[in-house]
Amino acid sequence: MPIEPADFAILQGLVSRHAAIVLEPGKEYLAETRLGPVARGAGCASVTELLRKVDSDPRSPIVGKVVEAMTTNETSFFRDIHPFEALRTTVVPEILKARAAERTLNLWCAAASSGQEPYSVAMTLLEHFPELRHWKVRFVASDIAPSMLARCREGRYSQLEVNRGLPAKLLVKYFDKHGAEWLLKPEVRSMVEFVEVNLSRPFPAWPPMDIVFMRNVLIYFSLETKRDILRRVRRQLRPDGWFFLGGSESTLNVDDKWTRVQVDKTSIYRPAP
Amino acid sequence: MSGEQPQARRPRALVIDDSRAVRSIIRQILAELSFEVHEAEDGAAALKKVQELGGVDLATVDWNMPVMDGLQFVHELRKHPEHARTCLVMVTTETDMDHVRRALEAGADEFVMKPFTKEVILGKLDIAGGAG
Repeated sequence: MPIEPADFAILQGLVSRHAAIVLEPGKEYLAETRLGPVARGAGCASVTELLRKVDSDPRSPIVGKVVEAMTTNETSFFRDIHPFEALRTTVVPEILKARAAERTLNLWCAAASSGQEPYSVAMTLLEHFPELRHWKVRFVASDIAPSMLARCREGRYSQLEVNRGLPAKLLVKYFDKHGAEWLLKPEVRSMVEFVEVNLSRPFPAWPPMDIVFMRNVLIYFSLETKRDILRRVRRQLRPDGWFFLGGSESTLNVDDKWTRVQVDKTSIYRPAP
Repeated sequence: MSGEQPQARRPRALVIDDSRAVRSIIRQILAELSFEVHEAEDGAAALKKVQELGGVDLATVDWNMPVMDGLQFVHELRKHPEHARTCLVMVTTETDMDHVRRALEAGADEFVMKPFTKEVILGKLDIAGGAG
């Protein structure tokens, strides 16, 4: 049964209030596919019934499940590959020089989803920058969805997930096979601290960041919220820090206090002087 | 010598699998990437084909095949320095860690576990530098 406009409006209001995410008309199909399992889990016969249920009981724990299902994004190891190349060839080497005296590195991976992105960053650091073992590295990864954070901490991936984008030599080096699944070794898992963060609200009290990854998440916010997030990320970054957005995203016409740096096929943003 | 500029050769791929259906799926993916695609149904036939063609840029290699298996093919091909740059991607139903490790040690560049999607193959070719 297709979702009626009035029921879709319930969902739009919900994700807007809880996550400041704009759900455009035309995304009804997304609601159908993502909320189907939530509806079944909640004993509802349809997504429509689920939406009416959360509308009549805004304090129901199902509300959180609905928001989570709508804010979880597809990801893969080394997605788009080029940002990780830029990290290896340019960004981390520059930081190693700039912070040689203090030997600290602070990173934040926002919208961690099921963890492939932060763990791709972690494996890049382990593979190419052994000297960081003697540095004070704080690596936080955040997501709005507690269930995704629990998955991230577990570091357990299906065959399909490790098939996508993960180089075989890293699979052999950093994973153990448990039954049909692949489990990241503790040396990688222990590098990343997973924290629940709603990007539309104030960030936790973190140290100034050297690197922030916030890829393919700003597209879901209104222009006003995007601008606010970009301003707060600028304040969270060190003046010579590096900010990664998704391939189709830019700070242009949203917040103009950034300088774009092109590293091969990747655009990276730095706070404007 | 005619003095004309030689035309750039299309990258050449060899799909090695004893299943015609799998060969056809991979052929289609590689053809979309502008590869000139050839096929072989086992490792021995594949070695012969590589010789006939004077080398290939990419080979996707099944593991379990009659006559000569995929691992043996990788070993044999890597004995020849002129094929050191051929990108070799195992595409197999073998999914345990030992198989991945043995394939890499023999000289395979990447490892795809069946079942796979087009995106999986494209992603692995990107990593292995074999996308043409």
